[in-house]
Amino acid sequence: MLSVELAYWQQTLLRTVGVLAAVLLPAGALVQLFLFKAVSFMQSRLGPMEAGPHGSLQLFAEVGKWIQKEDIVPDRADARLFKLAPYLVVGTVLLVYLAIPFGPDAVFADLEGGIFYALAASSVSVIGVLIAGWASANKYSLLGGLRAAGQLIAYELPLVLAVMGVVIQAGTLNLQRIVTAQADGSIFGFGAIGLPFAITQIVGFVVFLIAMQAELTQTPFDMPVAESELVTGFMTEYSGMRFLLFFIGEFAAVGALSAVAATLFLGGWYFPGLDHDANYMNVLGPIILLAKILLLSFVVFWVRFTYPRFREDQLQKFAWTVLIPISLLNIVGTMILKVAF
Amino acid sequence: MTLLATVNSDVPFNVAQNVGFGVIAVLMVTGALRVVTTNNVVHAALWLVLVLAGAAAQFILLAAEFVAITQVLVYIGAIVVLFLFGVMLTRAPIRGEAGLTRSNWFGGALVGVLLLGLLSFTLLDTFGGDRLPADTRLTLRPAAVSQAEGTEPTAGSNVGAVSDSIFSRYLIPFEAVSVLLTAALIGAIVLARKE
Repeated sequence: MLSVELAYWQQTLLRTVGVLAAVLLPAGALVQLFLFKAVSFMQSRLGPMEAGPHGSLQLFAEVGKWIQKEDIVPDRADARLFKLAPYLVVGTVLLVYLAIPFGPDAVFADLEGGIFYALAASSVSVIGVLIAGWASANKYSLLGGLRAAGQLIAYELPLVLAVMGVVIQAGTLNLQRIVTAQADGSIFGFGAIGLPFAITQIVGFVVFLIAMQAELTQTPFDMPVAESELVTGFMTEYSGMRFLLFFIGEFAAVGALSAVAATLFLGGWYFPGLDHDANYMNVLGPIILLAKILLLSFVVFWVRFTYPRFREDQLQKFAWTVLIPISLLNIVGTMILKVAF
Repeated sequence: MTLLATVNSDVPFNVAQNVGFGVIAVLMVTGALRVVTTNNVVHAALWLVLVLAGAAAQFILLAAEFVAITQVLVYIGAIVVLFLFGVMLTRAPIRGEAGLTRSNWFGGALVGVLLLGLLSFTLLDTFGGDRLPADTRLTLRPAAVSQAEGTEPTAGSNVGAVSDSIFSRYLIPFEAVSVLLTAALIGAIVLARKE
């Protein structure tokens, strides 16, 4: 354990800076690495090349550009709610990171109901999206907001149900102890790589990844923001800083749900062969977790730029008739095996 | 670092907790009044979010972490979202509409006051001078710290206690409520379906 004693305000300051770093670093990395570069390579083009070596400073140029733009509120919009909505969306992502452990001591809040809390916090962002769609006083925005709400409600269920398998197997809701359960586990007595729950909970893992793609409204589940029919849905009327906030919120949410998935299924901040109680894990842990976040987010973007969009009815049907029954079966199976062994 | 509710639980009055309670309570009451007085349905739903979030905050002040999270997940994340969804899908003019207040609103107000009186009496009668037991503390300390001290990492946090009581002592009421909810769900489908 760490031998430093910090006053309450120092801890609070550290936590605030830490959460901001934990949100903005992955979000920035995702935009620069995947949205600018990886996708360009997949489409046989180079992507941004001018700002910095190989376009590596493009991100800063983009942020500078958005900050300079005028912040427009439509004449007939509900101005106060219109201005509030982006902060709600970004704020909920900050709250999700609160429960994610980055090392044996590097944790913002070691909540007993950690995973439950993370899912609850992420479910609140729908309200921000609905407000944005309604307050814009624009038909397309309202349609986008409604589609988003319908989709997020439908896919929240498989997301939560897929987590249940892990919770049953680990015997705790606490994310820190889910990580140590995977680090201490063994596969039929072979304990060298621990037991990442992605192996035993492979069904839950796949369901979680699909539901996560839908929760993040990434293609093939991007009807709420479909730019070719709804002109990016609930974000149509936003400009300047507020649009940037939605943008940060979108990519930070990819990072946050990837972090949750990495913690639940891939062992979190632990890497096989390391001592999970050692002090150095507080420094190595965040780096390992960031690597796993980038790995999972790459899958998200890979799928996003590979598949075409679902139709609205196909999407609802897929959630209620395929994903939810499968995840319920997975829970029953896990329960039986948990009792049997 | 422990939650304020449990520091010195034999001291009858915790100033910081009471100040927190007061501030949140004022926000909740203001929000609740706005829910019924505003003439915009969407605004009413959003004021309701403030009231429900305030209730969750009060649960956290009482060190009932699990109940607080459930409050947010179920009421804000699901029920209010469904409200907003329904309202926006049907009719939600952006400037609000006149005549939302019913002529018989005082009947509702009367029921509300009666319910308040009944609940206050029941709570005071049942719990009166009870204090939070000292071990229901919500720790925000990393697990490793508690291990070094030889205590349970999240000693007395109430997730386990809640599930223990639901699935042993209150099992039959719990199952009855589940059946009731299923029946309500089926009833809603039957009503909504046109033959």
